[in-house]
Amino acid sequence: MSYLYARRRIVNTVSLGISVLAMLFGLFWLGWILLTLLEYGLPGLGAHVFTQTTPPPGSTGGLINAIFGSIMMVTIAVLIGTPIGILAGTYLAEFGQRGWLAPLTRFINDILLSAPSIVIGLFVYEIYVIKVGHFAGWGGAFALSILVVPVVIRTTENMLRLVPNSLREAAAALGAPQWKVISFVTLRAARAGILTGILLAVARISGETAPLLFTALNNQFWSSNMNQPMANLPVVIFQFAMSPYQDWQSLAWTGALLITLSVLTLNIVARVMFRQKSTNQ
Amino acid sequence: MPTFLREARLKRQTVLDLLFRNMTRFAAFTVLALLAAIIGSLVVGSMPAIHAFGFGFLTSSEWNPVTDEYGALIPIVGTLITSGIALLIAIPVSFGIAIFLTELSPSWLRRPLGIAVELLAGIPSIIYGMWGLFIFAPLFADHVEPWLNDHIGTWPLLGPFFSGPPMGIGMLTAGIILAIMVIPFIASVMRDVFDVVPTMLKESAYGLGSTTWEVMWKVVLPYTKIGVVGGIMLGLGRALGETMAVTFVIGNAHEFNKSLLMPGNSISSALANEFAEAVGELYTSSLIELGLILFFITFVVLSLARLMLYKLAQREGHGA
Repeated sequence: MSYLYARRRIVNTVSLGISVLAMLFGLFWLGWILLTLLEYGLPGLGAHVFTQTTPPPGSTGGLINAIFGSIMMVTIAVLIGTPIGILAGTYLAEFGQRGWLAPLTRFINDILLSAPSIVIGLFVYEIYVIKVGHFAGWGGAFALSILVVPVVIRTTENMLRLVPNSLREAAAALGAPQWKVISFVTLRAARAGILTGILLAVARISGETAPLLFTALNNQFWSSNMNQPMANLPVVIFQFAMSPYQDWQSLAWTGALLITLSVLTLNIVARVMFRQKSTNQ
Repeated sequence: MPTFLREARLKRQTVLDLLFRNMTRFAAFTVLALLAAIIGSLVVGSMPAIHAFGFGFLTSSEWNPVTDEYGALIPIVGTLITSGIALLIAIPVSFGIAIFLTELSPSWLRRPLGIAVELLAGIPSIIYGMWGLFIFAPLFADHVEPWLNDHIGTWPLLGPFFSGPPMGIGMLTAGIILAIMVIPFIASVMRDVFDVVPTMLKESAYGLGSTTWEVMWKVVLPYTKIGVVGGIMLGLGRALGETMAVTFVIGNAHEFNKSLLMPGNSISSALANEFAEAVGELYTSSLIELGLILFFITFVVLSLARLMLYKLAQREGHGA
């Protein structure tokens, strides 16, 4: 009998020990990657990164055209994707009780949420880049907006479902028509949660490289013309990192540091904001 | 207010209601249309390749832009192998992390650790790729691969898979980096489904004298089986479609190698490397067909994952 107990206790200790190791294993990679980024990215960080455009090999330069291009495309993608996402999420949460459209949309949306982003790039290439005949910033923005929609739909629906029904009923009892109830009461109550979703979507697309490879491509020079190939941080990092030139590679590390810091900051801000909101309730 | 005015206002609100509802319905419909458009455009784009190669495309290992002959076998196999390696590593680690987060962690540590795991998921895939190529691969080539060669490489059955020149880049490296990338996805789904287990069930098992491990292995895991498998499939879906990280470290060689230490190719990295520079209709179209195959595989995997997770959620609803 005591043998059995000893054995059970040992199995328990060993497996829980392994579980602690698994947790440390996960944290270890996070720490290692962040330290690497700081080690290689920090030395190249300086004012020139934000004032000069991407250099030809062998001379100094910065990333301002890529940063600008990324901001442009992400902004436009969010402007296109968010309204569609919020409206569709509203449909799923508020009108989706009956019929086939809501369950099917929910299912497809959950799949699009993790669909390979490179396929989205191919899709935009097929329907946009081929039609206009050249790579363009608009293509990149379209591809990114397709990635924004599922994230916003998901969070909007989840957040609207958290709004207590009594709130809707109270508004309806005052005689408010349904569109007013939803847009001035329910959506407003879920505001912080939906904003969290948008921030997470921005974080997600800021680092996306694959959908931009065949849509926005890249541009060595400053360009604010969305109809032309447009520089953007992820693709610049990709091309510079893969190049044999030392100074390009170090610029790629700096870009990588910038992009990771902004993505992680967005993630943390989104989570902290949502937490404050939920503790307030 | 006169009656006719009031009626007019009421009527206006009804119209606005209808408008609003149809607007949201239209947006929901857009999602479906988007999926149809993606599939449609990929099918149209890959038509020339489908006409030229038929089903042989799936089984041919040819990939030759000079003679304009293409087959998808090598990238497909490469995608499956790297994702398989990733899952082999990621499943036990994620299970451990989920146990730690639900049962062991002190409650003040739970939230920061949860955020840390999610940050691991938030790091862009291109960063994993760069780090993998410049930091991980050289270390792997210097310290791990020679060891694999000497120790596992001489085994009778497994040997050939682990012998070869220690180059650092290759299928094994790609698989390991994919594992690190999908761990947070699988771990957070596992944690979420473990959280739905009724506390009473767990406490009953503890009350009978079970150890923590026995509660996890014999009560929690059987209860959440479907959800756990769903989470794993979700991770698999991510791994299959992951592009940039794999592109950096897989080596992009269109050839078959028994050894996992040798370079290979995956669907997504073939696309990332070759598509922008592909010339000729058949070349482009073959690459698009690769994309279609990738989309199909991930679609099936992710559908299964979602169905399983829905099933668990439904059962939870009935139990409550």
